[in-house]
Amino acid sequence: METLMMFARAFAVGGLICCVGQALIMHTKLTNARILVIFVVSGAVLTALGLYKPLVDFAGAGATVPLTGFGYSLAMGAIEAVNRYGLIGAFVGGVTRTAAGITAAVVFGLLNALLFKPHMK
Amino acid sequence: MSRQPYTPAQYRRVVSRATPGSRMLRGYLRAFWVGGTICCLGQAISLWAEGLNLGEITNPMFTTGVLIFLGTTLTGLGVYDRIGKYAGAGSAIPVTGFANSVAAPAIEFQREGAVAGVGARLFTLAGPVLAYGIATSVVIGALYWLIRGWLP
Repeated sequence: METLMMFARAFAVGGLICCVGQALIMHTKLTNARILVIFVVSGAVLTALGLYKPLVDFAGAGATVPLTGFGYSLAMGAIEAVNRYGLIGAFVGGVTRTAAGITAAVVFGLLNALLFKPHMK
Repeated sequence: MSRQPYTPAQYRRVVSRATPGSRMLRGYLRAFWVGGTICCLGQAISLWAEGLNLGEITNPMFTTGVLIFLGTTLTGLGVYDRIGKYAGAGSAIPVTGFANSVAAPAIEFQREGAVAGVGARLFTLAGPVLAYGIATSVVIGALYWLIRGWLP
């Protein structure tokens, strides 16, 4: 039952965050790239203000899988690294925490270009 | 003489399907359920990762990695773009959409070469996201370093 509720919360919160993106697509003229940038930056800022962590605790993957969660990891990583290493941590933490995701995207992206031919549009 | 092919109820349905309001509602519904489903997939992967005894920090990394693998592979197979046409932000906002934004131009621009094509285009969308995301994290870290003495 607890597991089921966890999935329900992830579904609802993740779905709502995507609806915010959908609103930006439908009601503004923002390009896709701008929307993604807005999501990552606002995720990081909300985390710094202490507002995003409660959402992650509540919704799990519902808050970490959308790109705001990428911003969350960047900000959490930077803050934790400052606690550990001082000012230089600000330059270390964000990328360290997100390294797996960034590297996976680059490596699997490259592999894809080797394996697949362009699709007809 | 049945010049009216629709009953009033059917007619209302046809009209509402054609008006922008309901098209918007449909956009939200699609974004909601597809986005929610991708997040549930992430939740399932993270549960699976708990069984592999990964730590509190490495579990989300693993989950993100698997989702990105799925995103790039589905992009290569041409499936993700079709999901994207249906779901809009529902497939663009999750991290699988980020993976798609990396893999799609890499595949698309193969003929421009391995370096200027694949290597550079890989970052068409990921570049801005990483640039501003990383810069924001540095600012946040530096501000935190400045004020943490006063924080409770």
